Amino acid sequence: MRIVCPFCGERELGEFTYLGDAKPVRPEAGASEDEVFDYVYLRDNVAGQTSEYWYHGGGCRAWLKLTRNTLTHEISSVEPAAGVGARQAVK
Amino acid sequence: MTSQSHRLTSGGLIDRSASLNFRFDGKAFSGFQGDTLASALIANGIKLVGRSFKYHRPRGILTSGSEEPNALVELRTGARREPNTKATTAELYEGLEAASQNRWPSLRHDVMSVNQLFAPIFVAGFYYKTFMWPAKFWEAIYEPAIRRAAGLGRAAGVADPDHYDKAWAHCDVLIAGSGPAGLAAALAAGRAGARVILCEEDFSLGGRLLSDGGTIDGVPAAEWLSRTLAKLADMPDVRIMPRTTLFGVYDGGTYGAIERVNDHLPSPPEHQVRQRLWRIVARRCVVAAGAIERPIVFAGNDTPGVMMASAMRTYIARYAATPAKRVALFTNNEDGWRTVETALGAGLQIAAVIDARPDISPAHRSLASKSAFPVLHGSVTGVDGGKDGVRKIAVSLTGDARAEVEADGLAVSGGWNPAVGLTSYHRGRPKWRDDIAAFVPDGAPPGMVAAGAANGDFGLSACLSQGFAAGAAAARDAGHSGKAGTAPVADDEAFSLTPLWHVAGKGKAFVDYQHDVTASDIELAQREGFESVEHLKRYTTLGMATDQGKTSNVAGLAIMAAVSGRSIPETGTTIYRPPYVPVAIGAFAGHHRDETFHATRLTPSHHWAVEQGAVFVDTGLWKRAQWYPRAGEKDWLDSVTREVKAVRGGVGFCDVSTLGKIDVHGPDAGAFLDRVYINTFSNLAVGKARYGLMLREDGMVYDDGTTSRLAEDHYFLTTTTAKAGLVMQHLEFCRQVLFPELDVQLTSVSDQWAQFSIAGPKTRDLLKEIVDPAEDLSNEGFPFMGAREVRLRGGLKARLFRISFSGEMAFEISVPARFGGAMARNLMLAGAPFGVTPYGTEALGVMRVEKGHIAGPELSGTTTAADLGLGKMMSTKKDYIGRVMAGRKALVAPDRQVVVGIKPTDKARRLRSGAHIIPKGQTPGPDNDQGYVTSVCFSPTSDQWIGLALVERGRERIGEIVHAHDPIRGEDYDVELCNPVFYDPDGGRQRG
Repeated sequence: MRIVCPFCGERELGEFTYLGDAKPVRPEAGASEDEVFDYVYLRDNVAGQTSEYWYHGGGCRAWLKLTRNTLTHEISSVEPAAGVGARQAVK
Repeated sequence: MTSQSHRLTSGGLIDRSASLNFRFDGKAFSGFQGDTLASALIANGIKLVGRSFKYHRPRGILTSGSEEPNALVELRTGARREPNTKATTAELYEGLEAASQNRWPSLRHDVMSVNQLFAPIFVAGFYYKTFMWPAKFWEAIYEPAIRRAAGLGRAAGVADPDHYDKAWAHCDVLIAGSGPAGLAAALAAGRAGARVILCEEDFSLGGRLLSDGGTIDGVPAAEWLSRTLAKLADMPDVRIMPRTTLFGVYDGGTYGAIERVNDHLPSPPEHQVRQRLWRIVARRCVVAAGAIERPIVFAGNDTPGVMMASAMRTYIARYAATPAKRVALFTNNEDGWRTVETALGAGLQIAAVIDARPDISPAHRSLASKSAFPVLHGSVTGVDGGKDGVRKIAVSLTGDARAEVEADGLAVSGGWNPAVGLTSYHRGRPKWRDDIAAFVPDGAPPGMVAAGAANGDFGLSACLSQGFAAGAAAARDAGHSGKAGTAPVADDEAFSLTPLWHVAGKGKAFVDYQHDVTASDIELAQREGFESVEHLKRYTTLGMATDQGKTSNVAGLAIMAAVSGRSIPETGTTIYRPPYVPVAIGAFAGHHRDETFHATRLTPSHHWAVEQGAVFVDTGLWKRAQWYPRAGEKDWLDSVTREVKAVRGGVGFCDVSTLGKIDVHGPDAGAFLDRVYINTFSNLAVGKARYGLMLREDGMVYDDGTTSRLAEDHYFLTTTTAKAGLVMQHLEFCRQVLFPELDVQLTSVSDQWAQFSIAGPKTRDLLKEIVDPAEDLSNEGFPFMGAREVRLRGGLKARLFRISFSGEMAFEISVPARFGGAMARNLMLAGAPFGVTPYGTEALGVMRVEKGHIAGPELSGTTTAADLGLGKMMSTKKDYIGRVMAGRKALVAPDRQVVVGIKPTDKARRLRSGAHIIPKGQTPGPDNDQGYVTSVCFSPTSDQWIGLALVERGRERIGEIVHAHDPIRGEDYDVELCNPVFYDPDGGRQRG
């Protein structure tokens, strides 16, 4: 598998580390235990397009958001994950 | 030495000037350079080469390629002995030694061949049905007995002495196969300007051209081949890799290939590898891997001397070796007849052609009459013969008539199956083509296309034009617009076939030769309900041997289709998975074995520590000094005890550079740390250090360490050794993904700083010798938890931290990593008057247990801050990672297991970690298990063993005597729960 890092170009899988689903957004400080529980534990088991976090630890150390099809492994987009998991808007 | 009795006097692609001696089952033979072991055996008249897996039936050579199911040998001897090596692909070399497999006492007289008499019980599902009961007999009796009786070769049993390499390659167009289609593709893509890699598993390039000849562009195939190879050699961007099999297709245009660099030599030359595993990244891939001729299933079809028709041509034409003197052909298609032409050309006799088709071409009819051999329209129903080979062939003719043919060799052609493995490795299912009665690729992984025989188009002309077109298109798709020129041309060849899979008859008719699966096994599986191909495969083991059913799968499906009343495409195929050929585990490991299994990290003072005679311990990738033995010390405990006493009574130092170190810069650095630590850092004064604890988002403790504020906008954060990389990754996630609004930057500086802990009451005396006299190191000028940059004598700048893991008056000092070795030497010199003692990780550990500090065993991923006695650090005034989940009911329950100290009631007793804590007087068991011992040490300060444990409600039970139960070591003893801080509980020493 190969990932086109937006900063480093096309690189081999071994340079990256997978974290997981990029859909959940971290709840704000006053959130209830249930909301945080959902954020920490609940994930969809998607057959098809998913968004997921990958870390380019063997390269630029950027966290990336990939759109990947779990059925074909096709990666349709790779973008910096800056602010993807944040409730607050980026300044 | 036996003469090469079955070698033609001329012809073949062998070097008759290079005679090679070899041994098979101890007997000496000779062959030529250019032979395979199989062709050399055939040239010496050897027909019997092995015994079959289950029935121990005599077996000969069936094919001439990597699809071979029968001719498996143990190649080489001693540590290099390699079982299940195909004689058909093993290149002959001087001194080669091979042995047949699965026979005792000898190949010709094999005791286990009595298994054939019990054949009725060795049917499909035999193991499942027979050895159900009694269960305890399985391991003791059945399995060992079966393992002795069945099986293939023996592994060497000792470490492989050879090296294996792993490498990457990149290209525009990757081509599998160097037959006419592959070479035409390489020509087109190369001329267009693409970077091309062509992999060929054979040691000679040309594929079937080497055996079948033909005319291309008006010249003989051999001449076209040498001209084409010369042209390709002139193209600098075309790389031809012989002895290299493309075995797998992975995501994103990544391919696996195994190069047998030195398998054709007795052992690799010095400093060379045996095999190399290639990962090839290609924009486009042309699969020109050809097709595999398939057998017809009939009784006795495994008799030595029965051979694929194309293989027989190969042995005669390419190797000038004659598998038989009087050849019969059994075919259902036009292509099989080529073997007759080749055999006649070599002066062999044709006993008969048995053609299952109702009619044959006029050309073949006239060939038969000219060469005076009979053409029998019918099928082979049985073979009379044995370990000495074929003697007679029984034929059933149309209209119930029967005939017998005397021959010593039977060539069989049941048609051709395109090699659909590579195109199907992404769960692709091939589609059925009626006209050739074979599965062909139905699409392929992205960027891949099949051409020629691999695509089901077998004619030479089609192979050339398809290969050329595929190569040109691949180059164009990869962005190369150069002119490819025109495709090579050849005359079209007819290919007509009447499907024939199985001829009914008396006796065993083999489908899968390597796993001894017969036609009746498949029929039985169907009767017992295992109709699905995936069930059929597992129930009968069809296609599960090392050849992965290359010669057997399609015939097996066809027989299943016939008995279940379905068509072949309705019956379907099993999933194709890599590798296409067996690949040694050693090749996948490459150089990652033994001491080079992983990279090794050395601390900045490593070489100095080696000079000191330190004993090292592996911690992750690091080598750390564990203790420094001195003359007269009888064991590690002596050394460690001395080191601890030296620190507690004087001064010692330890390299702690393995800790993770991260510079946190920016106006929001404090705010950022507040969100990742449970305690607050934004209010930390410049010039001060603070212990911090971070949680995972699920509320469990993640890591701990000391963080110092060196400037308003600059913190220096440390992590544990084990989590250094992971914490960096976690903090980057927090910074980039969760808190992008914070203006903060992280820089890993773990490798940039050498850090030493200097500890003991004389620490300040030692430091004064190192640090510039202008620096104030007094308790007032540099109080406990102070942190700042200082100038050393000589001008070097260092970071100095007044922190203590040992509980003594202590500093940690950081200097640029390149000065680490010098710093260790300077500490020894400057500290000599104070009796300075280097200490290792063991003494470090002893002092931390004495001090009740938590470390790896307590930071187990299942403990909360409160479990560790650090609950008060959890700020209630801010949000931080893990805050909400840490408040869950079960995580704050009063009966959680918490850190507590333990000491044995018998002062002389040794403690061991892992022992379970049971209330006194109760029987050990899961119901009353209250925790376990996490860390232990012999404490020189307490003069007894002490430890830390996680115990239910431990802090409320100080003073209680409980039971330590250690079933692994068979130990039971009482311990007292106590305060985990055994040494200087007030902390006066570290603040003094």
